Amino acid sequence: MYANDFEYYRAESVDEAVDLLGDHEGAELLAGSHGLLPRMRTGEEAPPALVDMNAVDGLSSIEHIDGDLSVGALVTHAELAESELVREHAPALADAAGEVGDIQVRNGGTIGGNLAHGDARTDHPAAVLALGGSLDVTGPDGDRSIDAADLFTGHFETAVGEQEVVTALRVPLEDDASSTYHKHRNPLSGYPLIGVGAWAQTDGETIERVRVAATGNLAHPKRLAAVEDALEGESLEADTITAAAEQATSLGDDEFRPDVQASPTYCRHLLSVYTERALRDVLGVDGE
Amino acid sequence: MTEHDITLSVNGTEHELTVEPRTLLVTALREDLGYTGANVGCETARCGACTVRVNGEAIKSCMRFAVQSDGAEIETVEGLAENGDLAPLQEQFQENHGLQCGFCTPGMLMTADTYLKDADDPSREEIREAIEGNLCRCTGYHNIVDAIEATLEQREASHE
Ligand SMILES: Cc1cc2nc3c(=O)[nH]c(=O)nc-3n(C[C@H](O)[C@@H](O)[C@@H](O)COP(=O)(O)OP(=O)(O)OC[C@H]3O[C@@H](n4cnc5c(N)ncnc54)[C@H](O)[C@@H]3O)c2cc1C
Ligand code: FES
Ligand code: FES
Repeated sequence: MYANDFEYYRAESVDEAVDLLGDHEGAELLAGSHGLLPRMRTGEEAPPALVDMNAVDGLSSIEHIDGDLSVGALVTHAELAESELVREHAPALADAAGEVGDIQVRNGGTIGGNLAHGDARTDHPAAVLALGGSLDVTGPDGDRSIDAADLFTGHFETAVGEQEVVTALRVPLEDDASSTYHKHRNPLSGYPLIGVGAWAQTDGETIERVRVAATGNLAHPKRLAAVEDALEGESLEADTITAAAEQATSLGDDEFRPDVQASPTYCRHLLSVYTERALRDVLGVDGE
Repeated sequence: MTEHDITLSVNGTEHELTVEPRTLLVTALREDLGYTGANVGCETARCGACTVRVNGEAIKSCMRFAVQSDGAEIETVEGLAENGDLAPLQEQFQENHGLQCGFCTPGMLMTADTYLKDADDPSREEIREAIEGNLCRCTGYHNIVDAIEATLEQREASHE
């Protein structure tokens, strides 16, 4: 099936992209097209105009900037999964990107498109929330930063404004921290039914700081505050982890997205199992 | 809707064409330029039958618009054979019965050919993972993995 008709514009710079979005009501950016095109085919989205940002220079690098790891918006899932810098400083993100679809899809989609679109089923949000990341955004009023904790507001709803362009993802570089991402694949689609990202700093005995976040069949990707509270300041033991993972089951039915394949009860169960796996991995505590 | 003039280099030949913005890359290749190797199976980036290389990377050509690839270097299955001689990978598909109906084969070949460029002594499991984005309804994959392995073995033998 064909997508709806639309006008096509190509931006050569971030500022031109912002202007083009302002000039054409309802226009959307076009990055890797792997989020938008499937939904244009089904009519779930029908933007009258697309602003192609692939010709904008400077959005494809992965580098250290001011104590952060900065990942350009046009970096593909495959580039993230293969990057040594990402593997070293943000392993949860490398894990998540490597879990996307297959190699062709990983070559097609971008990190900026993934995070701006806000498809709650996708992998990266849990990793980015756990890593404490933020987005650099440019809009008609200039530049701003959006904390990942404020980014995901619903299924296909994010805090990125209609005329705003995400230019980079930033992940703070912190010593002695580690992170990971674990996923239960939906066997049909390959998307996560439940995915859990975890980040932690320990002194070898005590869990000093920790962030845990989930994605998949949830109303939207989110931090698991009850799990984090049960861990912070506690000693690094298997029992602490099991008890904390149990807290993941406290999510109410309305915090999940109804799905004919997976009830909230099943998803809650997966959530605690995968939270425990991610925590054991990131904290280096063996299974029973 | 405003049509656009674009240039696509396909297997080294430059083509100029005019497309509607919503024209998919696979449609431009097949219907405007006559490269019918890339097949259309699912149109949802699931089956991999439409796989081609764009600027050196395997992608599913049903999942991008042709205008997005303006100026790109595209390689399709038609470019694998040289002067009418099948490439070693194609020969091994034939030898090992790596195809039956052949519908998945052009995409399978492009994914495998791209993978083989950097592959270093992969296990059968790794080969299966490398082609996870290409579905085959006939062979059960076993013979396809055989063909890819045999191509690697042949390549190593010729280096010795
Ligand atoms: C077959 C298939 C399988 C998939 N499997 C998985 C999977 O297993 N796991 C997973 O996580 N994801 C999966 N995905 C989804 C994929 O990760 C997309 O979420 C992602 O690639 C979207 O990025 P894009 O560059 O393609 O965005 P596009 O489709 O180009 O854009 C998506 C949206 O984001 C906006 N946008 C894009 N870039 C920016 C920017 N820089 N600033 C502001 N707004 C922007 C666009 O306007 C549009 O609204 C799959 C997709 C397909 C087609
Ligand atoms: S037709 Fe493109 S992946 Fe199936
Ligand atoms: S040979 Fe028939 S689908 Fe693969």
